Amino acid sequence: MSKVIIIDDEPLARMIVKEYLQKHPLLELVAECGDGLEGVKAIQHYQPDLVFLDIQMPKINGFEMLELLDEKPSVIFTTAFDEYALKAFDTHAVDYLLKPFNQERFDKAIEKWQQQQHVEKNNLSELLNTAAQSPTQNNRVVVKNGNKIKIIPVHDIWYLEAADDFVKIHTQEGYFLKNKTMNFFEQSLDSQQFVRTHRSYILNIQQITRIEPYEKENHMAILKSGTKIPVSRNGYIKLRQVLGL
Amino acid sequence: MIVLSNYLILLYTGLNWKTSIIDSLVTTGLLVTACLALGTILRYYLPQTGEYFNLIGIGFVITLIWLFVSRSILIYLLATEEYNHFFTASFPLRFVFGLLLIGFMGLICVLWYTQQEQKESHKRKTEAEQLTKEAELFKLRQQLQPHFLFNSLNSISALIGARPDEARKMIQQLSDFLRGTLKREEHQWISLKEELQYLQLYLDIEKVRFGNRLSTEIKSDDAADQMKIPALLLQPLVENAIKFGLYDTTGETLISLDATAIKKVLQITIQNPFDTETSSPKQGTGFGLSSVKRRLYLLFGRNDLITTKAENHFFTITVKIPQA
Repeated sequence: MSKVIIIDDEPLARMIVKEYLQKHPLLELVAECGDGLEGVKAIQHYQPDLVFLDIQMPKINGFEMLELLDEKPSVIFTTAFDEYALKAFDTHAVDYLLKPFNQERFDKAIEKWQQQQHVEKNNLSELLNTAAQSPTQNNRVVVKNGNKIKIIPVHDIWYLEAADDFVKIHTQEGYFLKNKTMNFFEQSLDSQQFVRTHRSYILNIQQITRIEPYEKENHMAILKSGTKIPVSRNGYIKLRQVLGL
Repeated sequence: MIVLSNYLILLYTGLNWKTSIIDSLVTTGLLVTACLALGTILRYYLPQTGEYFNLIGIGFVITLIWLFVSRSILIYLLATEEYNHFFTASFPLRFVFGLLLIGFMGLICVLWYTQQEQKESHKRKTEAEQLTKEAELFKLRQQLQPHFLFNSLNSISALIGARPDEARKMIQQLSDFLRGTLKREEHQWISLKEELQYLQLYLDIEKVRFGNRLSTEIKSDDAADQMKIPALLLQPLVENAIKFGLYDTTGETLISLDATAIKKVLQITIQNPFDTETSSPKQGTGFGLSSVKRRLYLLFGRNDLITTKAENHFFTITVKIPQA
């Protein structure tokens, strides 16, 4: 028996997946969730073999939910219409079901999943990076803080700092760790608001109160909170461009 | 008048009256022809800025032709030694007189035609703007549909197996809604009552999709009901409210709409709950809101008709529709 979880915010959308699942006696439905937060809990609790996942959902979308999981399950995406999601699927050749779909198409997706199971799991992280370019995901960052899930609106970010394999996201409430690269953030954040002033720092320009020279050739940006952030020679050029100096 | 003044001047210089009349008639007649010729030339060739030297050149050439032709005709008509002498003596004066008049004529023509051209280009520009406007409005309307449509179809697909009666009902609602979208023109104004009926169709469909998570409350007074509103204006705003209400909270969501008549203005407020912890009010400025803002701007040329407010876990949009 394989364990299955359905995550979709529309009850009828869950109902139809449930109905199609009846044809597959070896798949056991262990949980149904109406949003991504419930989804994270259910996945951690049941360790399912397969997840049917909608993209557009309350609080956090399907992609953001997956990012929060250390152990990523096998996923069959279900979605109605989402330009960015479809682009992500196509680029990384992941199977997905376009709503509305029929039993035949559903069975095919199951079959494909069964074949792939023995080979290797889909490499989801690349897919998630592509999906993160979508505008809805661009204006917030979802992080896990212990057992709690935190959604940080982008304009609440003070600055980002590189920390080994992680990025420290500094906000008024302290910092949060996110398992991404500085390059990822530099590309996905709005370049008119966030400037990479240094190899290890990306600054929200709204937070800067002043910029002072520091040693020769270098500068220091001083934030509203009083924090001093190093600005390299290149960073200073970029900063001046964005600030229009 | 020019003929008369010409005649008097010539008479004054001591010519006899017959010679004076013939001279002034011929000279002036030819001058008018020259001016008309210049006008025709300028109609097809209008010098651009920086090409005004050409205009002076043309004026110069025409003046010379005019003098030459009038001389030939006059000497042929008044073949006396005395007149011949007189014409040669008055040559510089005639030249300056002709050049000034032709130059003046040229200037008037250039001004006139330039103005005509500007009028024409202004008209074209207005037309082009109108076209862009319509295309933009059409596009704004189109972008709202796909997600809603496919999800509704998926809900119907789910209902067909389990509850066929409800499926049939929902197909009916969806058809009515889509027919409404197709039938209505962007420029059309309808009564608020009609717009709200249409909105109700949309809300009924959304309620089937989201089950008991979504509830709505619509209030409007009698005076407001009769007021006019651009067709399909409210639906994107309510869609926006549902999105940020439902997608931002995990519990039940109440969307409320309140319409009142304030003097000659129809005021509509739409409210949805939002979570201050996880989202900023900025997220409430989704596509629906910006498209309606744009529409109101295109219709009224004003940016102050739509305002938003976020407080106490509620996001409120206020729209004002001035009545004609």
